Amino acid sequence: MRIFQFTEQPYPPAWNEHNGSLRVILPNRKLDPKIAADLFHRYYDEWQVADELGYDIMVNEHHSTATCMSSTVIVTLAVLSRITRHARLLVLGYPIGHRPDPLRAAEELSTIDVISRGRLEMGFVKGVPYEVPVSNANPVWLMERFWEAHDFIIKAMTAHDGPFNWEGEHFHYRHVNIWPRPYQQPHPPVWSTTGNAAQAQELARLGYVMATLGTGYATRGLYDSYRQAYQERWGKPAAPDRFGYLALVAVAATEAEARRRGEQVASYPRTSGIVHPPFRNPPGFLSVDDNVRLMKNAGRPPSRSFTKDGRTVSMATASVQELIDAGIMFCGTPDQVYAQVVDFCQSCGGLGNLLMMGHAGWMSHEDTVDSLTLFAKEVMPRLKEYRQPGEQASAAA
Amino acid sequence: MAGSATADISLVAIDGVQTEIITQGGGRPLLFLHPECGLEASAPVLGLLAKAHRLVAPSHPGFGRSEAPRWLSTVDDLAYFYLDLMAALDLQDTVVVGVSMGGWIAAEIAIKNTSRISHLVLADALGIKVGDRETRDIADIFALTEPELAELLYADPAAARRDLGAMAEADLVAMARSREASARYGWSPYMHDPKLKRRLHRIDVPTLVCWGEADRMVRPAYGQAYAAAIAGSRFALIERAGHFPHLEQPQSFADLILNFVRGKPTSEERR
Repeated sequence: MRIFQFTEQPYPPAWNEHNGSLRVILPNRKLDPKIAADLFHRYYDEWQVADELGYDIMVNEHHSTATCMSSTVIVTLAVLSRITRHARLLVLGYPIGHRPDPLRAAEELSTIDVISRGRLEMGFVKGVPYEVPVSNANPVWLMERFWEAHDFIIKAMTAHDGPFNWEGEHFHYRHVNIWPRPYQQPHPPVWSTTGNAAQAQELARLGYVMATLGTGYATRGLYDSYRQAYQERWGKPAAPDRFGYLALVAVAATEAEARRRGEQVASYPRTSGIVHPPFRNPPGFLSVDDNVRLMKNAGRPPSRSFTKDGRTVSMATASVQELIDAGIMFCGTPDQVYAQVVDFCQSCGGLGNLLMMGHAGWMSHEDTVDSLTLFAKEVMPRLKEYRQPGEQASAAA
Repeated sequence: MAGSATADISLVAIDGVQTEIITQGGGRPLLFLHPECGLEASAPVLGLLAKAHRLVAPSHPGFGRSEAPRWLSTVDDLAYFYLDLMAALDLQDTVVVGVSMGGWIAAEIAIKNTSRISHLVLADALGIKVGDRETRDIADIFALTEPELAELLYADPAAARRDLGAMAEADLVAMARSREASARYGWSPYMHDPKLKRRLHRIDVPTLVCWGEADRMVRPAYGQAYAAAIAGSRFALIERAGHFPHLEQPQSFADLILNFVRGKPTSEERR
């Protein structure tokens, strides 16, 4: 199992007076650039620590929000390419359906791959609904744009015999010939995220790594959709490394201390959805059927998080105990966390990439480093040894 | 010409697109182009217009039960689609009436070809750029809560309130389709075509621009700018109406149009 350390690079000093929206409309006057600079350097320091401790690294981007200061993954990746040595650098994700210029995206990602000497993992994502009002990409065509941008980027990275032409529905170029081309051949590994079975099957047919967030004990169904389509397309079982799961993680020497840190990490799901309501559901972002269901349910989306015994959990309001019960958070002493992760892997039928949000909100540098260190020394070695339910099958294939 | 007193609703293939069309009444055809909220067959305005005209009221592709093939993605596409519809139904001397997004479509039709059009009515029409680049002429309907939107849309917002929980499934589907289709055609540039204003001079049929006086989504001054760009057009305000005068004041709306077509100036006209 690979373990990726992730933080959203939040700006919690602005979390208290948000007037109902931490995203899109919160005036940037609420951000003090000097504090932001300190926070950015701190987050990079912690990723350096993670690199030295044997973690891989995950980064992301959001826009116009106090929940995540990283507004371009390329800047974060550029810094990390130089200051880390061993970690795989996973961007999950790059919202390529929102970007106006996939040529630029292909150039940037290839450059990152070269500078990092082939450590880039490219996660392409649809993006949360709140990205739409900022990027102004038409949500009706968002997935169509996503796939055209995807096709273009892969083609740009793998075409080596001079310029090619592109006259698509959304993008037009006449002389595509990116320099540098990527370090990894034929291109850096591709990841994506999903919450539905149809998309899971599409990712399986492409052989991409599929990650989910907050799906808790409903994860198995999505993974099985992927497994079925993967077996049909590739004629062998999907290995555990085809799956990623983003979990909140808090470790400490004592359970009481771990729970205290767990409360701080839980500030991510508790703030993530604080958004002016019209921006939560842009037109065309959901299908007509999903919108009808939403209207019948007074605007509340159906819960997608479940505990092992079938209770539904709202990520925004759940207690730390409920988050643990739902497999959304792994929290406790090293022994407890190891047991929770293994139990979750078993329930998924195999999980090769644990994406761990090991920092969120106000969690201090000292607590973050201590939690990362404890996990690296006492949990990670055991997880590296751990034999997954799907692993024997994959080795035999 | 004798016409049906009751509304007929049918699906008709136009350019291969299954299109829901309400027809009612007889006489000179009146093509009614609905706004972004869609078209309900029960709307009283339809019967009022059909008293003097053969009313033809389609649901735009993507709205109501009309299909939305991928190739129809702009209001420019819709304008050509409706020119084809008028030809397919052989509408002659047609009064074209459009409200809001429907008004934008009507204007885009009329700059292309008026050979089947006798009169044009643009009610609270979207489609042109009036202010500077930092001034949003048209309120961003996708950035507002339902109560905020109702305040801008209606002279009497309380009367327009709806209980979604009590609505029929088919109506909810129509609402969801309307919202998506509005974004399909009007997301960016937001609810306008930067080229349209300079092309309005091509409109060569009698034109009435009418506006709900309480329209807070698109102010009457925008309508006056519309009228100023169409030579010989008239401008009229409709009292006690907001952005959808055909819903809030169907009688005055219909009277205004019928009198305009008959050539009678009305007391509402202030020009």
